[in-house]
Amino acid sequence: MKEIILDGVLIDDEAEFSLEELSYACSSSTEWVIALVEVGVLDPINYQATPVEQTSWIFSVYSFKRARTAMRLQRDLGVNQAGIALALDLLEKIERLESTLALCNEPVTHA
Amino acid sequence: MDFKDYYKVMGINRDSTSDEIKRAYKKLARKYHPDVNKAADAEVRFKEVGEAYAVLKDPDKRASYDQLGSDWQSGQDFNPPPDWDAGFEFKDGGSSGASQADFSDFFDSLFGRGYGSQKPNNQHQADYKTRGEDHHAKVVIDLEDAYLGATRSIVLQSPELDKQGHVVNKQRTLKIKIPRGVKEGQRIRLSGQGTPSHGGGAAGDLYLELSFNTHSIYRVVEHDVYLDLPITPWEAALGATVKVPTPLGPVDLKIVPATKSGQKLRLKARGIPAKTAGDLYVVTQIVLPPADSEAAKAIYKKMQDELDFNPRTLLGV
Repeated sequence: MKEIILDGVLIDDEAEFSLEELSYACSSSTEWVIALVEVGVLDPINYQATPVEQTSWIFSVYSFKRARTAMRLQRDLGVNQAGIALALDLLEKIERLESTLALCNEPVTHA
Repeated sequence: MDFKDYYKVMGINRDSTSDEIKRAYKKLARKYHPDVNKAADAEVRFKEVGEAYAVLKDPDKRASYDQLGSDWQSGQDFNPPPDWDAGFEFKDGGSSGASQADFSDFFDSLFGRGYGSQKPNNQHQADYKTRGEDHHAKVVIDLEDAYLGATRSIVLQSPELDKQGHVVNKQRTLKIKIPRGVKEGQRIRLSGQGTPSHGGGAAGDLYLELSFNTHSIYRVVEHDVYLDLPITPWEAALGATVKVPTPLGPVDLKIVPATKSGQKLRLKARGIPAKTAGDLYVVTQIVLPPADSEAAKAIYKKMQDELDFNPRTLLGV
């Protein structure tokens, strides 16, 4: 049997996702994604508050990663939307601080 | 197969109430959630805790687990006694964080494989959607793979129904091309490699998240690569040309006279290649030779006698 090597598409920093793609990627409904936009967890690049425009929302890779984390936090820890918003912001802050620390040659040890 | 002490995993006593079990689980799940805890073993611990909770929260499963007795030690070789679970019926409960596909062989031997739902939102996927579900997996690569590109085999497990209607874990192996120029946390999307559609729509997609093995000498930040370069005091003071490793092989690097420790020297575009290639930063570290021989001591003594050097003048002493 001939061996098939799959060639995927690299999602680079400029990649964009539609509302539907994002909801599929999070195994969630479009309503779930829209609710995260409403509390400011996700920012569509072309944000328009009018409902008609929601289907043409475009999300960045950054929103994609935040939505995936939000989904896991909700699924695994039962965190609600306000909690997700807070947790994501704090997690990003910790990440920034740790990478700054790492560059200062301070080994970061995790408890 | 190793015995798993679910009470020990949860840090609770065998006579804990269901409220105590729930409380212990919630605490540990928050502590070891891989999005929260970046320690290398956090994900493993999180899955262990999820598995322990799946058993201990279910009165039937807990009762039959308790029936094995308390003499077992974690890690002890274990085979379930014949008919051990007679009289118990296991309903498949909802997800408890970890996906059941990740549960141990020990769990499988006692409770079998069920269908572990991972859907966070049950209202999800209204009927107008007939596309199959997307899948997500992680692939670990080496820094060198990001420079050169690579091919990786990954094994995916997905629960499927067999002819008798039982849930079985089906394994499939995919060979995937990792393009050059990738960075930590980036994803590769494979269209149509997720779950097939049941309603005649398109199959879901497979997302592979890339992460790098920790490298023994390089640190990676986005597309930039950092290397600590030990140099001698005379190389730092007088300047020199030294050999420096890079992921694509050694290069010659010029150290200018009066180089300080901790100085960052940039090798442009020698980081991970990309549309805008990353840079390789060489961080100098001046290493003092040990004064472990008479000759070495004599040289230090000579410096002491002949150099008028006080590194503490800025401290006013």
